[in-house]
Amino acid sequence: MSGSSDALAGPAIQERPTTLSGRIVRLISRSPIHVVLGLVAIVWLAPTIGLLITSFRPRDDIQATGWWELPTLRFTADNYLGVINSQGMAGAFINNVMISIPSTLLPLLICSLAAFAFSWINFPFRDTLFLLVVALMMVPAQVAFIPVLQLMKPFGFTNNYIGIWLAHTAFALPFGIFLLRNFFITLPRDLIEAARIDGASTLGVFRTLVVPLSVPAIAAYGIFQFLWVWNDLLMALIFVQNNANRPMTVAISGLLSQYGTEWNLLAASAFLLMFVPLAVFFSLQRYFVQGLLAGSVK
Amino acid sequence: MTDPIGAAQPPTGAAGGSPVAVVGSPVPKAPQIQTRSGGVAFLFLLPALVLLAIFLVYPTIYTFFLSFNRGRQGTFTQWVGLDNYVNLFTNDPNFLDLSHFPPSGALFNNVLWLVTYIPIVIFIGLVVAVMASRVRYESLIKAIVFIPQAIAATALAVIFTFVYNPDPGIGLLNAILGIIRIGPISWLGDPAFVNAALIWVGVWGAVGFATVILSAAIKSISSEVLEAARVDGANEWQVFRRIILPMVSLPISVLAVTLAVNVIKLFDLIFVMTSGGPGTNSRVIAFTMYQESFPAGLFGKGAAVAIVMLLIMTPIMIFNIRRFRTAAVV
Repeated sequence: MSGSSDALAGPAIQERPTTLSGRIVRLISRSPIHVVLGLVAIVWLAPTIGLLITSFRPRDDIQATGWWELPTLRFTADNYLGVINSQGMAGAFINNVMISIPSTLLPLLICSLAAFAFSWINFPFRDTLFLLVVALMMVPAQVAFIPVLQLMKPFGFTNNYIGIWLAHTAFALPFGIFLLRNFFITLPRDLIEAARIDGASTLGVFRTLVVPLSVPAIAAYGIFQFLWVWNDLLMALIFVQNNANRPMTVAISGLLSQYGTEWNLLAASAFLLMFVPLAVFFSLQRYFVQGLLAGSVK
Repeated sequence: MTDPIGAAQPPTGAAGGSPVAVVGSPVPKAPQIQTRSGGVAFLFLLPALVLLAIFLVYPTIYTFFLSFNRGRQGTFTQWVGLDNYVNLFTNDPNFLDLSHFPPSGALFNNVLWLVTYIPIVIFIGLVVAVMASRVRYESLIKAIVFIPQAIAATALAVIFTFVYNPDPGIGLLNAILGIIRIGPISWLGDPAFVNAALIWVGVWGAVGFATVILSAAIKSISSEVLEAARVDGANEWQVFRRIILPMVSLPISVLAVTLAVNVIKLFDLIFVMTSGGPGTNSRVIAFTMYQESFPAGLFGKGAAVAIVMLLIMTPIMIFNIRRFRTAAVV
């Protein structure tokens, strides 16, 4: 990265220039790069910053002037108070938490158990069965909507959180098992065999060795799954039939069709929805990027 | 650095030749410990297998048969053979209309997304990754383009509903175009612009992901190789064309597959921003499946669309699984 030479500076390997004139030449020869990257930064920041500013502006101001007319800006917290108090967004936020936490922990547990069996226990047709599980990644959730709704109806699962928990958990399994199994097989064989010789049970090996050694992989997958569920709209539209249980994504899409011009409420709700993922992003950036890269094949 | 999920990262193919060569030809068996009985494995697998059977395997079979029925109330009372499929492809302009040029319909919109969204995301991602690797604020610029990855598609939809607002006092895009006396344009209300406007939101959301993957691939190219080429008189274009581009061709194919899966599953943006409109101009297949099944109650038709999605997804996932195998994963 540093010290790589420029075409304009000739074919010789360049050191980072030390003189002032050398630095200026270098800056000018690279200015197209800075201009392009500056433009990229603006195009990728402006829409989000615009929404953030809008969410703090009084309703009448939003209709009157653009958020980019900086001298005219006045700020208020009324929009946030409004969506929390009168639009039921506080309840929707709590629903997000209530849906996301079990829909993350259940797949982590079930995937870990299955991945352990697929990596460290010997049984007939193991690799064939594993391949079949992985192949289920190709089933789009849409295929399950109609029959699963019919299955859940007699139990009333779509009137509480159970339906959405089960749906998210089941659809997380093929990918989660695949990911964790691939990490588990990289654990040192000697360690696990030694534990077996010392008399540890299969469950003991899983609990005291495999899980503790796999914390980074489990955490990365957990973050990916949590954000997946937190940001989900489609599954919630189908499997949460009771309005009192709907998450923020569903509430916001309702707000958009219901009040096409209530821009202040819309902006504030969208930022409430974005708040948790952004906090996760800025605090756990490394796991976050790994989790998302890993999730790329989902 | 330990890489917990290296398996899922795109194999770069750099330095060691093809990924197959790294692996060796026989598919490696997973390691194993002796168990006193196979029943133990069964207990570990039981919760996963039960859930997969109920929520994935059984529904796939059910939906497959439902797609050959009229499917009112989701029941099997009226067998219609291939009618649902025939109607979708020949008799439903909202799904596919080839009678004029350019064609239209949900399936065609997915094709439109595939042939525009994927190359644009990869192109911008590559430009940003290559350029960012040469400046000192590299991690900052990568973080900026990566932020949309954290945000729900629903929130992206709200953000761009503002940007595209036809009122130049609210919509940033029309405000900018107003300076050069263009518009205002109803980006989401005009059939001529709606798909381009939506595709740009998708691009905006996915570039960060492409940048991070391609940036990792570029960094895996040894600096000696690059320096040697430059010492031998290669200019920057030649370095890019002859060294960087071949080295990132495998990650690019991986990205393209991932983005294609995104396009087939695309739903949230369309549902929140346009509900498939104006009219049905911005529908995509995942939206059609939802719309026909639930608000419209045409379960047989919805099931047929779901099976079409499954059929489109199958070759892509087979490609993916084969790639995992060559990467010594399965």
